[in-house]
Amino acid sequence: MSDYNFAYLDEQTKRMIRRAILKGVAIPGYQVPFASREMPMPYGWGTGGVQVTAACLTPDDQLKVIDQGADDTTNAVSIRKFFEKTAEVATTEHTSEATVIQTRHRIPEEPLGEDQILVYQVPIPEPLRFLEPRETETRKMHSLEEYGLMHVKLYEDIARHGHIATAYAYPVRVEGRYVMDPSPIPKFDNPKMEMAAIQLFGAGREQRIYAIPPYTQVVSLDFEDHPFEASKADHPCALCGAEDSYLDEVIVDDAGGRMFVCSDTDYCAGRRAGQAA
Amino acid sequence: MTRLLSVRDIAKTYGGRIGCTDVSFDLYPGEVMGIVGESGSGKSTLLNCLAGHLAPDRGEVLYDMRGQGLRDTLTLSEPERRMLSRTDWAFVHQNPRDGLRMSVSAGGNVGERLMAVGARHYGDIRATATDWLGRVEILEERIDDRPSSFSGGMQQRLQIARNLVTGPRLVFMDEPTGGLDVSVQARLLDLMRGLVREMGLSALIVTHDLAVVRLLAHRIMVMKGGHVVEAGLTDQVLDDPQHPYSQLLVSSVLQV
Repeated sequence: MSDYNFAYLDEQTKRMIRRAILKGVAIPGYQVPFASREMPMPYGWGTGGVQVTAACLTPDDQLKVIDQGADDTTNAVSIRKFFEKTAEVATTEHTSEATVIQTRHRIPEEPLGEDQILVYQVPIPEPLRFLEPRETETRKMHSLEEYGLMHVKLYEDIARHGHIATAYAYPVRVEGRYVMDPSPIPKFDNPKMEMAAIQLFGAGREQRIYAIPPYTQVVSLDFEDHPFEASKADHPCALCGAEDSYLDEVIVDDAGGRMFVCSDTDYCAGRRAGQAA
Repeated sequence: MTRLLSVRDIAKTYGGRIGCTDVSFDLYPGEVMGIVGESGSGKSTLLNCLAGHLAPDRGEVLYDMRGQGLRDTLTLSEPERRMLSRTDWAFVHQNPRDGLRMSVSAGGNVGERLMAVGARHYGDIRATATDWLGRVEILEERIDDRPSSFSGGMQQRLQIARNLVTGPRLVFMDEPTGGLDVSVQARLLDLMRGLVREMGLSALIVTHDLAVVRLLAHRIMVMKGGHVVEAGLTDQVLDDPQHPYSQLLVSSVLQV
């Protein structure tokens, strides 16, 4: 029993969100405005992602929620509990078992398949926001494909740091048309965005939904003489030894001791279980 | 010789008040036209109408577009007009803060237009920006400084560099020397005169400073109350003004 409608939102709201999602899928990378609802959590905690997830969930789904790659951090735990309570769906921590994955700031290391949905929480959907503060102007720039300004940002990076120092929320061009903010995922994850799963982006406070359909071309912007590079810390994981996964740097004591561990906890745990067996 | 710009009966009213009315003139390649008049005479309104910042109520602004001949810029589609205004046209604002991105380095400011038309090679963009900073007498070592750390004169020179980097053919200038002290003004004027000549630019310069038009402009139009009251060769109008207002304007200048 539950006093909530399935997945918290009422059916009309979910239909409205689904319409926005369909439009987003039809125009990859385009930010579709939608009537974002107030959710029982603060803005910045994933209100956009939660609404998109709520609109996508069916009672048979297996939900996985990750925050910075981890299944056990506050944001992930509270959103997972939220849907356990309001939708009574099964939840999982295993990437391969999940049908819907809501994520904040990471793409799972394990490649996703065609039967999966990846939902991103997006704080600021507008990639041009900090370069051009006027929303009317940025919309015009999107519609006229005037994206020179995006390269001004990258130019500034190189001029100041000698290389493109933008390490997260690295702008991409989707299907040769819209420039899109991939949400604050590390640029290490950018190449993974050309994947088999459908990717949906929800920005609750900014009231925007956008999407990347499966197998869509996603190109990270760069200069000819300063090509895009998917960077990560130059270490193996201290727990599982993986050399191909994105690492978190963890300070372990007051003497400057540190270790690098996989940010994707499920990937790391899976590898260690395999090694132990 | 073919006209570069041909303006026909431009009129713009603000409600019942006249901004400018019945303005017609031709501008030929390499020619600099000065528009002078007192505050409120409609010269900035006219300039903004011509540059596409304001929509005039009637009239035509015919421009000789590359490969297309004379076209009315008022009926261009928005993408075409925006493309035109960042490639073939340039607009120098009175206040450099209006024309520059203050949070972006000098090099980025100059490079923005290049990147807007598709330059994607960092080294080339930077080399062009360095070259242009040199041409407007800004030290190369300042290339990564933000314009907010520049003096007013340097900001104005940077704005000019930023505008001319794509090799425009027509430059609109709105009081380019306003707010600068006289020695900096003189240097800027000298620089602009050199650039105009070297690049064969055509320019429309709005100013209330007769010294500026004397130095830069081949022809001038005197405006008052939204009307052009007198037009002709610069020296002719300034040395032998015919209209009472022109006479007043010329006689108002202090002789040092």
